[in-house]
Amino acid sequence: MPSPRYWREIPARFRLEAGRCTGCGTVSYPPRRVCPACRGQQFETVRLTPRGTVVTSTVIHVAPAEFQMEAPYAMALVETPEGARFMVQVADCDPDAVAPGMEVALEFRRIRREGKAGILCYGHKAVPVGSAG
Amino acid sequence: MRDVAVVGLGMTPFGELWQHSLRSLSVEAALEAMRDAGADMLDGVYLGNMAGGQFVGQEHLGPLLADHLGMRGVPVTRVESACASGGVALRSAFFEVASGASDLVLAMGVEKMNDGADATNVLATAADQETEAYHGITFPGLYAMIARAHMAEHGTTLEDLAAVSVKNHRHGARNPKAQFRQEVTLEQVMASSLVADPLRLLHCSPVSDGAAAVLLCPLDRAKEFTDRPVKIRASGMATSSMALAERRDPAFLDAVSLSGSRAYHMAGLGPADIDVAEVHDCFSIAEICVIEALCFAEQGKGGAAARTGETALGGRLPVNPSGGLKSKGHPVGATGIAQVIEIVEQLRGEAGERQVQDARIGLTQNMGGSGGSSVVHIFERV
Repeated sequence: MPSPRYWREIPARFRLEAGRCTGCGTVSYPPRRVCPACRGQQFETVRLTPRGTVVTSTVIHVAPAEFQMEAPYAMALVETPEGARFMVQVADCDPDAVAPGMEVALEFRRIRREGKAGILCYGHKAVPVGSAG
Repeated sequence: MRDVAVVGLGMTPFGELWQHSLRSLSVEAALEAMRDAGADMLDGVYLGNMAGGQFVGQEHLGPLLADHLGMRGVPVTRVESACASGGVALRSAFFEVASGASDLVLAMGVEKMNDGADATNVLATAADQETEAYHGITFPGLYAMIARAHMAEHGTTLEDLAAVSVKNHRHGARNPKAQFRQEVTLEQVMASSLVADPLRLLHCSPVSDGAAAVLLCPLDRAKEFTDRPVKIRASGMATSSMALAERRDPAFLDAVSLSGSRAYHMAGLGPADIDVAEVHDCFSIAEICVIEALCFAEQGKGGAAARTGETALGGRLPVNPSGGLKSKGHPVGATGIAQVIEIVEQLRGEAGERQVQDARIGLTQNMGGSGGSSVVHIFERV
């Protein structure tokens, strides 16, 4: 992933910045130009609470090349208290223990290394609530 | 709009076809469809292809095909909607003929996946790059999440998932063009290696090479080309959110539901009128969710359909008599057209050992990504 592409996503990935539609209140993460619920185009920036609930999950055994060293690892769709849902890896636990309904905290972590230069790319991963980060 | 008929079929075997290239597969299928109809000219072609640029480094497939087909000058439009590229190519060709703009239009699809590219990474480009693939999810992983949601909401079991694979392999064993012409047992499926829990290797469609083509013409000219024309009764298409996270219910494929409703409405038919269906079983859970979204099974009851034999050959509504993507193979751009070929053969009464008795009306459903796009067609023997 070339660096301008990575840099553009930093506000959402590093700071969990989302857009709340001033018309209907729907929270979009990452922020969008048009609200998917009401097509409104006015948003206020909100920061998501760094915790949530697992909606559904899986354990990846056959991984993409960049993630092969980490397999098997758990991935989950997590919903924050603001109602935003997104995909994260779930770390620091037995991947088979991750299941719908589990409470997780979101922590700033290294996500991947990219390209021949091995550029480090960051973002958030989930950890079970109660596990030390 | 004019009525449109399918009058010619052409398809390569599906599999790891090391001796064939993207261009040779495309030409093979196109020539066979034209030969089947006895046609020697074309007004246009729509070519479904997901990722020629990534799989073999070749884009600009329109002139490549026209040139190698000996048809320089003919307009060829490449169509891309990930794994639904073939189905959307048919839809485009259908409307071109229905509009009266052209008479003889070829709808086809091709994918050459086995030429050294990393298929997992290429297929993941049909997911949302910034919010899904970035974090390490794979395509089997997305459908595994759909499966877990379905199991949690509706009580679908691992046996239900495995039963879909067992059924489709039993069908595919009777298909001479299938990639895997052998049956598998429930025990083999459930003991195969984990890809993305709960999905195992034998829940997943394979990486395949292949091409398929169908020739369309106005129904009132069909007798010039065949004595067994099949009419396209309807085409319905819909999109949904790109990312799985945006679906309120991850176990419900809303684009499939909407594309199905549109097709039923256009045809003036309902799910009970369908005699045979080919649906997008890229993973076993996909067939379960799709038959629910198309109202072949009640919401949450799709899991039982394969297990109880309802959707097997000889059952209430045979689904994927070709073997489906699972057993027949899934060269992604070609899949939507290969589904049409199976349904047309069924309606012509040419499906041999796989024949559904007295099939008169058939349906195809082809899907892109984790359900971000879906296209449904309904066909009738005339």
